[in-house]
Amino acid sequence: METELNTGASSLLEFSGIDRSREKDFRFDPFAAPESVFKAVLFGSALCMVLLLLCIFLTLLINSLPSIKEFGFRFFYGKTWNPVTGEFGALPFLVGTLITSFLSLAISLPFSLSLSIFLGEYSTKGTVASLLQSAIELLAGIPSVIYGFWGLFILVPIVRSIEIKLGVTPIGVGIFTSALVLSIMIIPYAASLGREVIRLVPDELKEAAYSLGATRFEVIKKVILPYVISGITAGNLLALGRAIGETMAVTMVIGNSNVIPKSIFAPANTMASVIANEFTEATDDIYLSSLVEIGLLLFMVTMVINIVGKQIIKKMSVQV
Amino acid sequence: MVNERIFFRIFKDKLFKLSVIGFCFASILPLLFILFYIFKNGIAVINWQFLTELPKPVGEIGGGISNAIVGTVMLVLISSICSIPLGIGAGIYLSEHKQGKLSYAVRLCVEILQGIPSIVIGIIAYVWIVMPLRTFSAVSGGIALGIMMLPIIVRSTEETLKLIPESLKEASLALGVPYYKTIMKVIVPAGLSGIVTAVIISVARVAGETAPLLFTAFGNPFMNINILKPVNSLPLLVFNYAASPYPEWHALAWGASLVLAVLVLTLNVLARIFTKKWKVQF
Repeated sequence: METELNTGASSLLEFSGIDRSREKDFRFDPFAAPESVFKAVLFGSALCMVLLLLCIFLTLLINSLPSIKEFGFRFFYGKTWNPVTGEFGALPFLVGTLITSFLSLAISLPFSLSLSIFLGEYSTKGTVASLLQSAIELLAGIPSVIYGFWGLFILVPIVRSIEIKLGVTPIGVGIFTSALVLSIMIIPYAASLGREVIRLVPDELKEAAYSLGATRFEVIKKVILPYVISGITAGNLLALGRAIGETMAVTMVIGNSNVIPKSIFAPANTMASVIANEFTEATDDIYLSSLVEIGLLLFMVTMVINIVGKQIIKKMSVQV
Repeated sequence: MVNERIFFRIFKDKLFKLSVIGFCFASILPLLFILFYIFKNGIAVINWQFLTELPKPVGEIGGGISNAIVGTVMLVLISSICSIPLGIGAGIYLSEHKQGKLSYAVRLCVEILQGIPSIVIGIIAYVWIVMPLRTFSAVSGGIALGIMMLPIIVRSTEETLKLIPESLKEASLALGVPYYKTIMKVIVPAGLSGIVTAVIISVARVAGETAPLLFTAFGNPFMNINILKPVNSLPLLVFNYAASPYPEWHALAWGASLVLAVLVLTLNVLARIFTKKWKVQF
């Protein structure tokens, strides 16, 4: 207040032609210093976020330059990943990542969609709903290494017995097992977003459909789902982003094989799991740099998926 | 027949409802399975020695995970020191400057930061800290986890402080309280519950992270409290021991997962109670 009054008074004095600038030098303002420091600190910490992201991107880019120079686009379609001969092509990991993440999304879709419909439409309040809600949140909170551990010791034997019945080589670990574990892990993300958007559907729309004699199934199929389809897509897109970036659970059950998988039961490697497995073993620069380039790729892919998904959600919530 | 059509429609409706409910309960079965197995296998090895002793070499029975517990606490402390002040500062900035180019950029960056896979954060901490220091260390692991905590804290701080009415700030400024005191003594205390919840949630998230620690904190079979040396942590121990061929180590890993799961789930429940009981209300 001191400063406010001061400036007010001084501008008045300036207006009347009296020079007070010399007088001002002698006045000590106890609040001015912390004020500007405080603002600078806030500004600085906000700026830090931008700089942090920039530095992360630059670090990845600079450290993958040797590999980009050496291999160029060959990195993306090269089929051999051989540290001994220094030949690095990331195609097996790109294929492994694509198959595991989309397979897990496909497995999780009916479950996450049912959860969002049940919690968003059938039972929005009550004990059952809140129990189910807490269960989903717990599922999201379990550390991924525990999923991996559980998958390795409980799921792998089950998958092995399925493989024996199907007549495939019973390895147990592989793409199918990791897709199963991943699908359990990503259900909460898609489900909680889906529930939110289904609750945003205006009651008038639903009531109009009911008044025309529609059953609940018809309302859900013809009114609610078309209305929220973009939101559901966004939720699944974000879940896909998580599946692509997930490391530990996949690393533990995918079997770590650096060749292009021949079937969905075959062992493979994803982009994230190859980094986790080989980063500490990478001795020469080009090996390390190739792994960092995979990291850069992972960073770019998840960034695009996240931005697109969040934009869709923003548009939806503005619309309603 | 009209009647038949109606019956068919009602039948479809009922069938749909049943299948939705079926899928819902099927999707929480894995949770029950996981919790059941962790409890069954974990409770058998947990006792006082398990929590206070060091892991024993292969072949010897017993041994504990005290080094991993201490390591996890150290890592969480380092990451909290790095990220909490910075995150709250950026959150306050965002809530004070709702529009503007920098705020837009910061929000975008925070969203992207939140989506970065944890293994990539590990690479970053390796390049930034492990390479110059030429050794795996607790500091590098802590900073990797700190980067993961930042976006959660920034976003929740912003969301909480946004809920505080403008009139509160105006009242304080009208009494002649300087801006920085208004923020520190009026706005932040009013939103404290939200900020504390954010910190708890972010700690719960990073306490279970393994991927960024693989080549930063690295793991260590011995007790270590030097922040410049490698340390063990609970998730790292679970990962390393689960991959080993020895049943004794598997038992340790089950016990460690139970401790880890209880820790993380307790923090989550604590955060939920906080938000419910201590909500920002105006």
